[in-house]
Amino acid sequence: MSATTTGFFTDSTLCIGCKACEVACKEWNDVGSDGLNWSGFSYDNTGAVGHSTWRHVKFVENVTETGRGGNSGDGISWEFSSDVCKHCELAGCLEACPTGAIVRTESSVFVQPDVCNGCSYCVVGCPFGVVQKNEKDGRAFKCTFCYDRQRAGLEPACAKACPTKSIMFGPLDELRLKAETRLEELHARGMEDAQIYNPEHTNVGGIHAFFLVRGNEKAYNLPPNPEVPTKYLKTGWTASAIGSAMLVAGAALAFLAGGRR
Amino acid sequence: MSNGKFARTTERDRVPDYASERRLRELRDEAEQRGSVTGQGIAPAGSPLPRASEQTGYYGIPVLKQPQWTWEIPLYFAVGGAAGSSATIAAMADWIGDDYELAKHARWVATAGAMASSALLISDLGRPPRFLNMLRIIKPQSAMSVGAWTLAAFGSFTAASTFAKMVQERWDFLPVKIVADLAQFAAAIAGLPFHNYTGVLIGATVIPAWNKNIETLPIHFGMSGVQSACSILELLGHEDSHALNVLGMMAAAWETYEGVHIETRAERELRPLKRGTSGWVVRAGGLLSGPLPAALRLACLFSNSRKLRQAAAVAGIAGSILTRYGWMSAGKASARDWRLPLEIPDTETAETKPLTETVIEKISAEKVG
Repeated sequence: MSATTTGFFTDSTLCIGCKACEVACKEWNDVGSDGLNWSGFSYDNTGAVGHSTWRHVKFVENVTETGRGGNSGDGISWEFSSDVCKHCELAGCLEACPTGAIVRTESSVFVQPDVCNGCSYCVVGCPFGVVQKNEKDGRAFKCTFCYDRQRAGLEPACAKACPTKSIMFGPLDELRLKAETRLEELHARGMEDAQIYNPEHTNVGGIHAFFLVRGNEKAYNLPPNPEVPTKYLKTGWTASAIGSAMLVAGAALAFLAGGRR
Repeated sequence: MSNGKFARTTERDRVPDYASERRLRELRDEAEQRGSVTGQGIAPAGSPLPRASEQTGYYGIPVLKQPQWTWEIPLYFAVGGAAGSSATIAAMADWIGDDYELAKHARWVATAGAMASSALLISDLGRPPRFLNMLRIIKPQSAMSVGAWTLAAFGSFTAASTFAKMVQERWDFLPVKIVADLAQFAAAIAGLPFHNYTGVLIGATVIPAWNKNIETLPIHFGMSGVQSACSILELLGHEDSHALNVLGMMAAAWETYEGVHIETRAERELRPLKRGTSGWVVRAGGLLSGPLPAALRLACLFSNSRKLRQAAAVAGIAGSILTRYGWMSAGKASARDWRLPLEIPDTETAETKPLTETVIEKISAEKVG
């Protein structure tokens, strides 16, 4: 396997909601059960990615807007999108990790299970709500980008299992070109609401697992302006220094004025 | 939900729909009596169609994950704040106040606090035996890494200063004194970031209620720690120390200001600090560590009542602990607010509410009306 940066391009317009990616991921990575919970709002009973769900198919149901991308106006609009860890260019979880358990590989952000001590600080560092601590196991888990398979020259399990090539795997620059072409094609076919979700304008600086979705990204729980919170560290430590100065000055004053009664 | 994924769609959305059940019973009764029914039936469960949209997000499922820290961590924030502040109090009491008894007790509070802090921090870990993995790297961009190293340094220096000062009490030679004073100085220096870094730790996260307050959280948590350090020392028999009262009063004054600062701002992100269970815990903590001890300590300036001082001290400690638990639970509530990361306007109309919520209300309203 060469050291080219690889990525995922998930084209939601091709997804049929079969959840083969979820199953393949669980089988290959030996990820535990989510339990059987009926959500009651769609065929999505998993809800979100988490420590036991590394691929998650969203079922985006809405009332059809007539004329939207060639919709006839009757029935419902039914879109699917396979969500996954975004493998951010600047990753909140990686920045937060105090043990160095979370590292950057050639292409991905990887949690080393033999180093993680379960402090769960990465959980509050991820702007996409991906990484989560498995409370039974004690460690944090998320998509590994099938690093083991990639090292052996194989594609990730989800991409391999996807029957419609909605999940595409390959060199990142090639995927970006592919996505642009696909977007142009969809626009030409009248699906003006198709768009690529890849937040490059915030300090996340782009993601290695990016998406093509129809309609507003908010319907897919994709935040419009995700931020890596380390950008606030300077403000925080400045406040900490001011607080410390207040303690020193306050204590000095108190003891200068003080004494016992 | 057992795995906690549907934090928003749990009990509240799943309560048995009593309004519908009542209406069904009415219809059955009517059918029995008259042989036919008139009037409206009920909306089928799950109707109208749930929507995932620009206004409702993905069915109102939270984008962010909730903080997964256990009960140990808020207590660690409180204990660490008191321990760190105690080291400064020890140094100042020793070198400026000439109150050697107070300095000695403050060193002990700092040392005991550092030990308790380590125990709490380690027991919160998912894999406690791997605590030392925190010390395999130094990572300035991780507040948790900086904090772990600060705790390690603070614990070592403060224990060293306590020990060296004990040796100095018995053999007061110059070399011993120099070592003891150096250790005490180092402990005070390490105690400074340690007493308030937890504000940076939770402020530099994606949790909106925390992140929005990063400018004031370190000072807020720090002053809360100062207050409880003074209070603990007072309860250990230093109710007659004027200096402790003055320092405690400064801290209480700041906490009062911080309470007003939170209450008077209208940002949506601050809502969990003012509403719901978390809001009331934050408020209770604020009252107990702000206005109440401030007033009691002010009264202590004019009175020698030990009871007043003790009351102020107990309030300060309770307030400091409640404050941290309040902020922790506010963080969890904040993570559940799916509208914030999606930047969805907060107008609670039928259009913007996930229909799972609307359905129940609509049916209830129809039946009542």
